[in-house]
Amino acid sequence: MSKMADDAAVRPGPAGPPEDRPRTITTRISRADLVFRTVVRLAALLVLGITALIAAFLIDRASGTLHAVGWRFLTNFQWLTNGHHLGVGALLPDTIFIALIALIFAVPIALAAAIFISEYAPYRLRRPLIALIDLMAAIPSILYGIWGFFWLMPRFIGTQRWISDHLGFIPFLKVPGAFEPGNFEDSTFLAGVVVSLMIIPIIASISREVFSQAPQGEREAAYALGSTRWGMIRTVVLPYGRGGVIGAVMLGFGRAMGETIVVSLIISAVFTIVTHPLQSGGNSIAALIAQSYAESTPGTISALIAAGLVLFIVTLIVNAIAATIIARSRSGLQTAD
Amino acid sequence: MTAMSPPETPPPDLTAAPQPAPQRIRLRAVSADEVLPLLGAAAGAIALVWVLFERVLPFSGALGFWACCYGVFVILYAAVTAMQYGRRAVTDRLAAVAAASAGLFALAVIAEQIGYITFRGWPAVRHLNFWTQTMQATGQLQPLTSGGVVHAMVGSLEQLGIATLLAVPLGILAAVFLAEVGGLLAHPVRVIVTAMTALPEIVAGLFIYATVILGFGTRQDGLAAALALTVMMLPIVTRASEMMLRMVPNSLREASYALGASQWRTVWNVVLPTARSGLTTVSVLGMARVVGETAPLLLTAGLTNFLNANPFHGPQTGMPLLIWAFIRISPSANFIERGFGAGLVLLLMVLILFTAARMLGGKAPGELTRRQRRRIARDARI
Repeated sequence: MSKMADDAAVRPGPAGPPEDRPRTITTRISRADLVFRTVVRLAALLVLGITALIAAFLIDRASGTLHAVGWRFLTNFQWLTNGHHLGVGALLPDTIFIALIALIFAVPIALAAAIFISEYAPYRLRRPLIALIDLMAAIPSILYGIWGFFWLMPRFIGTQRWISDHLGFIPFLKVPGAFEPGNFEDSTFLAGVVVSLMIIPIIASISREVFSQAPQGEREAAYALGSTRWGMIRTVVLPYGRGGVIGAVMLGFGRAMGETIVVSLIISAVFTIVTHPLQSGGNSIAALIAQSYAESTPGTISALIAAGLVLFIVTLIVNAIAATIIARSRSGLQTAD
Repeated sequence: MTAMSPPETPPPDLTAAPQPAPQRIRLRAVSADEVLPLLGAAAGAIALVWVLFERVLPFSGALGFWACCYGVFVILYAAVTAMQYGRRAVTDRLAAVAAASAGLFALAVIAEQIGYITFRGWPAVRHLNFWTQTMQATGQLQPLTSGGVVHAMVGSLEQLGIATLLAVPLGILAAVFLAEVGGLLAHPVRVIVTAMTALPEIVAGLFIYATVILGFGTRQDGLAAALALTVMMLPIVTRASEMMLRMVPNSLREASYALGASQWRTVWNVVLPTARSGLTTVSVLGMARVVGETAPLLLTAGLTNFLNANPFHGPQTGMPLLIWAFIRISPSANFIERGFGAGLVLLLMVLILFTAARMLGGKAPGELTRRQRRRIARDARI
């Protein structure tokens, strides 16, 4: 500003204004631009509208069951469609339980892999590694499912028995009853382990993206203060990425809750709250829909849609919170407006 | 900025005793001090665990052997480092080992998946009829030389094609809105799109079932399956495309505006061409992600053993659904073999799409291929 004032003092125009006033910039939007903006805005509205439509249709189709059962739909354990004695009282906790087991395995591995790719791997290897993590996400879930069912399940019985024998003093790790392979097949634990393989790439790729955005200046500052590489990661990269990591873990949680095929291939359905994850039997909302859809009639499909609606609402809430955390975190500011 | 001029340094004292010529420090060199403890700890771990496993303890099993090896290796490596350096170096090296083993684990999972499916799928896939026939005339006990999956391949490709035609243009338009126009609407759209990327697959199928099949009273067909895949694909494409558009440098947009272009011209002639390779990659990766989805097809596609090339009428099986049916419904061993064979075919489809995505692009905006660079150099000479 001062430079402009000087210029004005040097060359005072004959009709120059006495003082500088900021000009208000007005743009007349041309017709082509107006059309362009309307079109892309409509596209964005359509994306919102599809989500709203999903919710509206699910609510509409589920209303028959929800009216008949009422709030007890959230607490009923059984699933007897003909007398309306049904609800997600056992299904929802089991769904969350499988997802939590998956998180216990997936989070440490995914975060360590993300740190490896963004901090340790040689620069030339980084891009191929990122591509491989993408590939891991693209491997169809049914292939993980048949791998878990045919390969992992027979080999996993021994491991589960070992845990039950040696760590059985922790109450929920004990498998009641004598040792029989059938007691250990189709367990919630096994389903959780296979699902964890599927959410590792989700958590790893988002975390890696966040870690790699940690500012170079702060990294160099940590090194200049004499930090080791791990010291730098602990004091610069991890705090910087905290928001993104929390969001990534929640997205993985949402994905694990909705995982259908793996769970319904592995688990044998029961309608109680699972307390012993190593024991055979368990359930999840998505698996219930996949398994009992085939023998449902137009009348009983309403109950399945009501269960799907509950799953949709829970995952949407979890994911929306995750998305907000990622967007609000320091590292997410670059993509937010 | 003139206040920041570098401080005057005193001229070097030339009379001091001559110092030894400074050695060039190679930052990326790997020293024996880093490699030998690793190798030593690994060898020691394998030897120790072998003695314990084979001679002393009543354990057995390959999995337990390698798990124990890993544990002993970490302990030995920490001990060796602690003999030379302090606690901080031990933590640092253990963290490096943990990160590297997680990376290796992820690679091992991918290799294991591909290897296992290839191994189990080969007996079915090596028969030519698997690629040319349908399951129309094949019963429960027929050998692998009869029947094939061509009907599901056709179904999967058609459904994927329709889903791509619907989801990619809409997703890129929404991404253009988020990256270029923005406004009050942008934040809710971005949050919803991110939340939808983790939409449970079965809910997508359930939605199309509730809307299209129950709502409009149509039967299960290829179109319904394609719509379910569209619902899955749309948020993936939108979110990733927005990232790609944001990587286009702002200076390019400003240059376009400075030349007097309108926003629409800027997006069409500058932003989209610059991001073209990235957008292609995003779209193909989205295709690779949804082609293997089983749950949406479960409720929408319908199961059939016949070849149905018309997606608008009658049930049309997709590849993942066929695998599900082979594994789940049939008790016969031949059908499980066929299931693995179909899994191998599906894996190949995913891998082809994935490789295509990497070959078509995967480059940041503005990064040119060798051919493009040559052409520019040639044009510049003329």
